[in-house]
Amino acid sequence: MQIKGDTFEVGYDPATVTIIFKGSMRLRGLDEYAPIIELMNKIADGAPLVITLDLQELNFLNSSGINMLFGYVIKVRDQACSQLLVRGATQVPWQTKSLQNLQRLMPTLQLEMV
Amino acid sequence: MQQIFGNFIDLSEEHEYLIIHFSPTSIPLQQRWRNNGLSADFLAEYWATFFPASDQISHNRRIEVKAAINYIANELLENVMKFCYKPADYAVDLKLYLFPNEFRFYTRNAIDPQTVAEFQALIQDLLTGDPQELYLQQVERNVLSDNKGVSHLGLLTMMNDYEANLGWRFESSAEHPDQVVLTTMVSLNL
Repeated sequence: MQIKGDTFEVGYDPATVTIIFKGSMRLRGLDEYAPIIELMNKIADGAPLVITLDLQELNFLNSSGINMLFGYVIKVRDQACSQLLVRGATQVPWQTKSLQNLQRLMPTLQLEMV
Repeated sequence: MQQIFGNFIDLSEEHEYLIIHFSPTSIPLQQRWRNNGLSADFLAEYWATFFPASDQISHNRRIEVKAAINYIANELLENVMKFCYKPADYAVDLKLYLFPNEFRFYTRNAIDPQTVAEFQALIQDLLTGDPQELYLQQVERNVLSDNKGVSHLGLLTMMNDYEANLGWRFESSAEHPDQVVLTTMVSLNL
């Protein structure tokens, strides 16, 4: 399962329940993020034990994308069925600035910065 | 008529700067949207050259500066694209100035006069509230409203994640008293 744009791709590994984001995402509002949100929601609705978001190779995310990400964390938090693990990279500056807020939204979220 | 909000600093001297200037109505938004990323990438690359990387510390600093310029320029351009008032047919500017201890971004565009009061109320909330609390509240609010309406996360991420200082100037001219022109300033300490 994969969604590709000009500058990004989003893939899913069902064996590890990992959603992998790569590239640069500057889509115009949540309407354009809709296919990605749909994929992510489908995985959450399956209520797996742990959902992993691998952002290590996501070099840029605009505020609409941050809104999408945070919205997903809230959804998973409120459904209270799955744990969330977010993998980020300390070498990617936006991640060291923005990802820590995810834990403020969902204290049980595990954030691994490699 | 002129109204100032926040940390707005007018320019009195010229320094190193770049300007991107365009007409918001010349091509459709969908086609122009891609240019935001191109412009932000260019600005980030250009200004990064002023931060030579001679060791690991300066190399990391250069990466940070580049990423911050890229993010803020991108957000400002996206906001201008989304909110500029096309009936005014007023050209848009994004200016980026380098000062010894800060970068300053300025965007200038016409806005819908009907939205001024609501936007000024939002600005007051941004200036008087705790940025982190506002940020988290806004994210929750966006979900509750099913993301209908404006997310406001662009300004909040700049303030909260990049510790940028923001200021706004609203003005109208004698020649076009029904037009409102907004200058948004974002300053990033170095």
